[in-house]
Amino acid sequence: MVTGKDTGYSGTGRPSARRMESGPVAVIECIEEIPCNPCEGACPVGAIQVGQPLTNLPKLSEHKCTGCGICIAACPGLAIFNIDLSRGDETAIVAMPYEYLPLPKEGAAVTVTDRDGQPVGRGLVHSVKRMEKYDNTAIVSVEVKKELADIVRSIKEGEDGTEETNLPLRRDY
Amino acid sequence: MKQIEMAVIGAGPAGLGAAVEAAGHGVRVVVFDENNKPGGQLFKQIHKFFGSKEHLAGIRGFRIGAELLAQAAELDIDVKLGAVVYGLFSDRQIGIVHQGVKRLYQAEAILLATGAAENTLSFPGSTLPGVMSAGAAQTMANVHRVLPGKKVLMVGTGNVGLIVAYQLLQAGARVVALVDAAPRLGGYAVHAAKLRRAGVPLRLRHTIVEVRGKETVERAVVAEVDENFNPIKGSDEILSVDTVCLAVGLSPLTELAWMGGCRFKYLPGLGGHIPVHNQNMLTTSPGIYIAGDIAGVEEASTALEEGRLAGTAIAERLGYLSFEQAKVKKEAIRSRLDQLRTGPFGAKRKSLKETLVKEWI
Repeated sequence: MVTGKDTGYSGTGRPSARRMESGPVAVIECIEEIPCNPCEGACPVGAIQVGQPLTNLPKLSEHKCTGCGICIAACPGLAIFNIDLSRGDETAIVAMPYEYLPLPKEGAAVTVTDRDGQPVGRGLVHSVKRMEKYDNTAIVSVEVKKELADIVRSIKEGEDGTEETNLPLRRDY
Repeated sequence: MKQIEMAVIGAGPAGLGAAVEAAGHGVRVVVFDENNKPGGQLFKQIHKFFGSKEHLAGIRGFRIGAELLAQAAELDIDVKLGAVVYGLFSDRQIGIVHQGVKRLYQAEAILLATGAAENTLSFPGSTLPGVMSAGAAQTMANVHRVLPGKKVLMVGTGNVGLIVAYQLLQAGARVVALVDAAPRLGGYAVHAAKLRRAGVPLRLRHTIVEVRGKETVERAVVAEVDENFNPIKGSDEILSVDTVCLAVGLSPLTELAWMGGCRFKYLPGLGGHIPVHNQNMLTTSPGIYIAGDIAGVEEASTALEEGRLAGTAIAERLGYLSFEQAKVKKEAIRSRLDQLRTGPFGAKRKSLKETLVKEWI
């Protein structure tokens, strides 16, 4: 079971911890009723439902979701993440939308930050996915300590990141 | 004097949407825009839009602009750029200065899609270089690729403030903080969440008091406000910034509608004085239609749909669509507009728009 100081999102877009343990799955942090549904149309397996009215919050069918991540880049609000807790007891993968340049490099050690941009530790960039249909919203996946899976929502790269964190720099996190 | 069928004033999403819709039904359209490039504000909108597929959701604003221009070109729509409309006179005559030459047109129908202008704020130091509207900063960064500054204070947390702050981060600036005198966030939480994830402080119940600097902005003083929005003594804080962006609302550009004799209603929730209009976007002046921010400040997606609605209504008025054909098309557009005007943000606008429609009768 993943717990964290700022898990503050619950609701219909959130998969169960058990589902996260079985492999990557979408975590939808869309919390406000705005008229929007690209996530619904983007999902190739119909795992996200918005329906009518458009202001419905997205509903995730966690057993349909394959964790493909297409919805991450499709969400105009950058509010969808993927969590994969299936890698054992040590680490988890968190995938997030990323629209800054330069993009991080696969394999790079980065400072990982929470929903308030505060550094919470170090992570390794597991993959950086760019596809034409993502239209310049890259999907960055980081490997982090498992207990950080529901805390980490962004990264800080390079010197800025390491300067601003007080945490000791540990390449092996 | 030149006779034309349909004149569109303003080549933003509303104007282009109307022009494309009407021209698609056979109307001969001339679009006038005072700028040298068409698209209104669309070409600086580098973010993906909300809405549904029918509203072009998930597509970045500038791509929507490019698509509209391509459609306009395909339909042979005459888009006159650098064309300042200086007056609207009786019997739908339009006075224009185009490339230094004054001309008079007479149109069977006119669509005013003039948009809105950003509001400003006065405080000591507000005339120093480095203080600018959020839209100006957005134009510099996204259109001209010039970073307006390195350390930015954003005043206002509506969607304009939130989006521009995020885009300035993307452009490489540091956003030192956002302040808003209101106790609540003005814009969407997902936009704010992007800034939070980047570690940008969003301070509600805070306002800008003063900007200091010799030649340009060097520091900004912000303070907490009480429930009457007065700065609380001793809460001053000095921020080291070189740029202050103001995102404090928009006011519809209604001068031509006033000249055209349109009846107005004052609705602060829509940006101020708004021309009364009916469900076809027709004002109280015969043959003069409005769409987009002039009809109440909303978003680019609603502007585009309102333009399409007006374009359909004008095509019907000029005999290019039968009553029945127009009815089906208009109802589809109205239903898409209704979808955009739901939820806590949209419902308020919807009821204000309905007030305008009621006034028209």
